[in-house]
Amino acid sequence: MKKTYEIEVDCANCAGKMEAAAKKTAGVKDAVVNFMTQKMIVEFEDGQNNKEVMKKVLAACKKVESDCEIYL
Amino acid sequence: MIQDLIIDGLLVIIIFACLFLFKIGKRNETMTRKQKKNLQRIFVATVILLVVQTIGVRIFAFFGDNRWLRLVVYLVIYYIIGNDIVYKAYKGIRNGQVFDENFLMVVASLGALILAVAENGDYMEAIAVMLFYQVGEWFQSYAVNRSRKNITELMDIRPDHANIEADGQIKQVDPDEVMIGDIIIVRPGEKVPIDGIVIEGHSSLDTAALTGESLPKDVSIDDEIISGCINMTGVLKIKTTRLFGESTVSRILDLVENASNRKARSEDFIAKFARYYTPIVCIAALALAIVPPMISYAFGNDPEVYTWIYRALSFLVASCPCALVISIPLSFFAGIGGASREGILIKGSNFLETLSKTDVVVFDKTGTLTKGVFEVVAIHHNKKAREELLYYAAYAESASGHPISRSIREAYGKQIDTTKVRDIEEISGEGVVATVDGRIVLAGNDKLMKRFAIDYKDCHSIGTIVHIAIDNVYEGHIVIADIEKPNAGKAIAALKDAHITKTVMLTGDKEKVAAKVAHDLKIDEYYSELLPQDKVTKVEYLLAQNKKGKLAFVGDGINDAPVLSRADIGIAMGAMGSDAAIEAADIVLMDDDPLKIAKAIRISKKCLRIVYQNIIFSIFIKIMTLILVALGIANMWLAVFADVGVMILAVLNAIRCLFVNKL
Repeated sequence: MKKTYEIEVDCANCAGKMEAAAKKTAGVKDAVVNFMTQKMIVEFEDGQNNKEVMKKVLAACKKVESDCEIYL
Repeated sequence: MIQDLIIDGLLVIIIFACLFLFKIGKRNETMTRKQKKNLQRIFVATVILLVVQTIGVRIFAFFGDNRWLRLVVYLVIYYIIGNDIVYKAYKGIRNGQVFDENFLMVVASLGALILAVAENGDYMEAIAVMLFYQVGEWFQSYAVNRSRKNITELMDIRPDHANIEADGQIKQVDPDEVMIGDIIIVRPGEKVPIDGIVIEGHSSLDTAALTGESLPKDVSIDDEIISGCINMTGVLKIKTTRLFGESTVSRILDLVENASNRKARSEDFIAKFARYYTPIVCIAALALAIVPPMISYAFGNDPEVYTWIYRALSFLVASCPCALVISIPLSFFAGIGGASREGILIKGSNFLETLSKTDVVVFDKTGTLTKGVFEVVAIHHNKKAREELLYYAAYAESASGHPISRSIREAYGKQIDTTKVRDIEEISGEGVVATVDGRIVLAGNDKLMKRFAIDYKDCHSIGTIVHIAIDNVYEGHIVIADIEKPNAGKAIAALKDAHITKTVMLTGDKEKVAAKVAHDLKIDEYYSELLPQDKVTKVEYLLAQNKKGKLAFVGDGINDAPVLSRADIGIAMGAMGSDAAIEAADIVLMDDDPLKIAKAIRISKKCLRIVYQNIIFSIFIKIMTLILVALGIANMWLAVFADVGVMILAVLNAIRCLFVNKL
């Protein structure tokens, strides 16, 4: 199950950090952050509640890059 | 003194640049509100700074050179230019994320400020670090935003509304809200928003934005219709067969926009580099601040603590990896965007990278190098005039749906008056017998001629021969062939110019035809009479032969999907309507001009050249700066310059990828 989210992030390095943080979040199989299109594509593990997982992803991203936003 | 002049000069440049950018910002919607705000902030801070720099000395002297007054003035400027960075750094620390560039900038600039206070020295440096950092950040976000906008505008095929009929009234809605099976209405001049089937009305569609084909396509009831076409003449009622998100237009846009999700290897390299680079530099900076003074002290010398702390701070300024990290994806994004403007859809940065390493190009003949439709290429007539022969042939073939008959009718070009023909009899695999204007016309191959015992002449031309006999007299023949595309020869030559070492043609066609096409177009190798599965085997064989470079396969996407996915790079031509081709190919050419293949390769080479230039240039400058700073040859100024300057140059260089129309 893959979903795309709009994000807002200012610098390319920060986008990389968000990607790493999202990948490490429990319930996320894989994540890609596209800085150019300001999008995050998250692949969830089977049987996960997307909304719950995304909340955790957002928290993890905020932790590494306080100035970022994910539009859930 | 020279340094002061340089600083003043730079400030003036920034002011003029700001004024210029204000003008641009007013003229059109090129800046976000955040960018406008930041630009104003940079402008205000720079003006104040310039004033303080130039006439400040006299003012401060008037107040008895009070060092604290001076500090307050500079702190105000520091606040104007850097308050958000300080705030972000503070939030970063609270979130346990210490080593981000905000933190580095704050430590470096505040450190420099404190040193300046302690030494009653120059505050300019600390402010300038922040100012230049902000200028760099602004420039980066502007450049990225602009190129994003440009690229999206290029692909302006997204429909903004759909008309649906509800309770007898026509209502405009967001295409996203339309369900499968809803009835939408498309008026002339509007874009078809969603794929569907026509249930009422007929019209011509302009498909140029999708296929590059300039001839309009006629549609009427029960015809399938794809989104992104422009309805030209009549009102159409369409029953949708897909959701907006799954319609052709959305899929094309997705494909281009998400192309940069598939990261190239050089991008991964940079990401890894940045991951190790920042912490290493921070540790090195710490070591630089502690170790040399301790060693000096141990040997009984003056530890020169201030000098070493200053050097360590400068080290931190140079440590931000953003310049490096931004320019690489921007280059790929710009390259993909530039290519899409040329009708070349590249599905990922990785494919752009692979394409640049291609040295063997394999073609499928039909639909790629040749038009894939039959055309009359020659008429060899006996006594009757050329037009007359074509007239009889077209009338005799008037009822047949065979591609060959169609091509003859097309060559004739006039309306066919069916009352003039009667007794049409098709002899399968041979031809047609018909009575036209009361005369018996035979049109077909040699078997037909033999059947009626007519003495025919063989033809030296390569292609399908249609012999014509009227009232049992041989009148000549028409040669029909799948003709080469006008640019096919040029395309092969262009590939050679783009350093492609070998071109190969695969075809299911007969040896004689294949040999002629390969010879005409100067193709290095060809393999003929192949079944579709043989093509996969051949490509695998060629892949095994060519281990060093990459192999690209070009097909029309109709029945070569397996080959497209087997090659290192699959290029589908003129197949915007074909889902299978879009799925299987890595690169999709929107129109069917084979010259675009060489162009795509040149674009990829240019793009990758720029990527490597940026990688080597930025890493080289960074390392040089770090060494110079550690040795005390370069000061914080140079460190800022290395950071912002390299970023600006790298971003400007990256944007060059967008300009590919002259390639």
